[in-house]
Amino acid sequence: MKKTNTPKIKQHHFKISPGEKAINVISYIVFIIITILCAYPFYYLFICTISDNLLVEYGKITFYPIGFQLENYKDVFKINNLLNATFISVARVISAVAITVSVTSYMAYFFTKTQMWGRKFWYRYCVITMYFSAGLIPQYLTNRMLGLNNTFWIYIIPGCLAVYNMVLVKTSIEAMPPSLEESAYLDGAGFFTRFIRIVLPLQKPILATISLFSAVGHWNDFMTTKIYVTNTKLYPLQFLLHEMLQQVQAAMGQMEFEDPTAKITPTGARMTLTAIVVIPIMCVYPFIQKYYVKGIMIGAVKG
Amino acid sequence: MKKKNEMSKLDKKISIKLFLYVLPGLIIVFLFNYFSIWGWLFAFFQYKPGKSVFECEFVGWKNFATLFGNKVMRNNLFRVLKNTFGIHMLGYIFTPLPMFFAIFLNEIKNVKFKKVVQTLTTLPHFIGWVVVYSLATTLFSPNGLVNNLGIQWGLLDAPVNFLASDKHVWITQVLWQQWKGLGWSAIIYFAAIAGIDQELYEAAMVDGAGKLRRIWYITIPHLIPTYFTLLIMSIGNFLNTGYDQFLTFGNALNKDYIEVLDLYVYNLGIGGGQISYSVAVGIMKSFVAFILFAFANFISKKVRGTSVF
Repeated sequence: MKKTNTPKIKQHHFKISPGEKAINVISYIVFIIITILCAYPFYYLFICTISDNLLVEYGKITFYPIGFQLENYKDVFKINNLLNATFISVARVISAVAITVSVTSYMAYFFTKTQMWGRKFWYRYCVITMYFSAGLIPQYLTNRMLGLNNTFWIYIIPGCLAVYNMVLVKTSIEAMPPSLEESAYLDGAGFFTRFIRIVLPLQKPILATISLFSAVGHWNDFMTTKIYVTNTKLYPLQFLLHEMLQQVQAAMGQMEFEDPTAKITPTGARMTLTAIVVIPIMCVYPFIQKYYVKGIMIGAVKG
Repeated sequence: MKKKNEMSKLDKKISIKLFLYVLPGLIIVFLFNYFSIWGWLFAFFQYKPGKSVFECEFVGWKNFATLFGNKVMRNNLFRVLKNTFGIHMLGYIFTPLPMFFAIFLNEIKNVKFKKVVQTLTTLPHFIGWVVVYSLATTLFSPNGLVNNLGIQWGLLDAPVNFLASDKHVWITQVLWQQWKGLGWSAIIYFAAIAGIDQELYEAAMVDGAGKLRRIWYITIPHLIPTYFTLLIMSIGNFLNTGYDQFLTFGNALNKDYIEVLDLYVYNLGIGGGQISYSVAVGIMKSFVAFILFAFANFISKKVRGTSVF
């Protein structure tokens, strides 16, 4: 087989001109540089967290860790409130993803039903909120009136219908062959049965995508805390990190340790906390890559 | 027609039922978006903490007049508008970059290399601005990597605190945005390239077109519509820069150049407690945003034949 095919391939194989070769080499080099620029800061941060804290302070670390230690990852949890913040972050992500994804896919499914009264209007009524909002202070006042400020629910409820994600799911459901739902309809299945038994199982890729989007969004959010929350028991990790960075600016703030024996430096603590915030994301996103590539393609086509 | 009449009663029932199913969601959207517009009243009533709107003094358009009439206020407003426009306009220069990123990465034959580049360049998209700033501190603070290498290699005489500088603020912010978003923004173009008919390339190769010619005459023309679609959609979001980036990167030294409209509203209202002024600025922002959105929609309809949403 192979032998007979060779001449055919050769026929289509055109000579690569020196110019093209140069382009090839240049693009390899450029992409290597871009990739290093993207990845090196993360690598550098990581090697700093496992190097000797004093050497980091004096700027002796460049390409590999020196004075290997893992104490930082233990000591960092001795910072006041950090364990609690970890719990808040995790609890927030889990509950927010569960609620947002359910609400969003539920709404998306029903918006695919053309028989709905005023469907087009109500759909636009939702989508326009992506571009247009009453503004920060009015939203703040509304949330205060609803009693959400300074509660855990401020993290979950106001954003529980993610409109952009809804557009993605709706478009994805619309791309499904209608015959699948029709046959279930003929068997007497109602809207809810069809939604849960037929549509959701077939929409796993897009659901994985929006789960990732909202998990990352909630994990990374610190503004909600900054605007609405003063109770330190509700601070998530990102907000602690933000506060720590503000203190670094204000000349090495006082860091409070529950255990004074901790040997970690403020810089070490900041870097380690950053690593702790980044590592979960790094562990998750590559596995969902093939899904979200599809996801944003759909989103772009439809907007 | 006959059938329509027979079915109409059942249809109507289903149609209302479907509406009732989504109603709770619509109420949530109303509550957290449309309903908040009541807060606009505070632009016309002088806000007092702990009091309802109607217990506050009605001042009419006075807050708006002060925003433009008071010299300090006016200068602040123009400054933050200048920053918003400046950062955005600089950002537009970089908009073709993801397209070229996708085109040239797509030309590379080594699949593994491609995969690694794509995965690592999308990583920054998934981290928050706080983490970006923490990485920036790690690299650019006086005892960070850049200063150390600069001094070691004799490029710098003394450590420079890059982050606490009022020079080149706009461009550095745009560069951080590019660092964070380039790989991610390219994904859409990868998808678009995958959709191009391969026969076009084969035909061009038979005609003896080299790589650059194939890119110029086939790939780019096929990506231009996507490029313009994204550009048009970004007009609708022109004023929605968000706070995260500028709040985290902002400090006393670069404040004059980094404070964008959104951040100004935040600083004025939440930071400074000037609720009424903040709402007034917010209202103006919302109106301009709405006009821009309508404009983007109009252009989109003219150019693409479909509206933005």
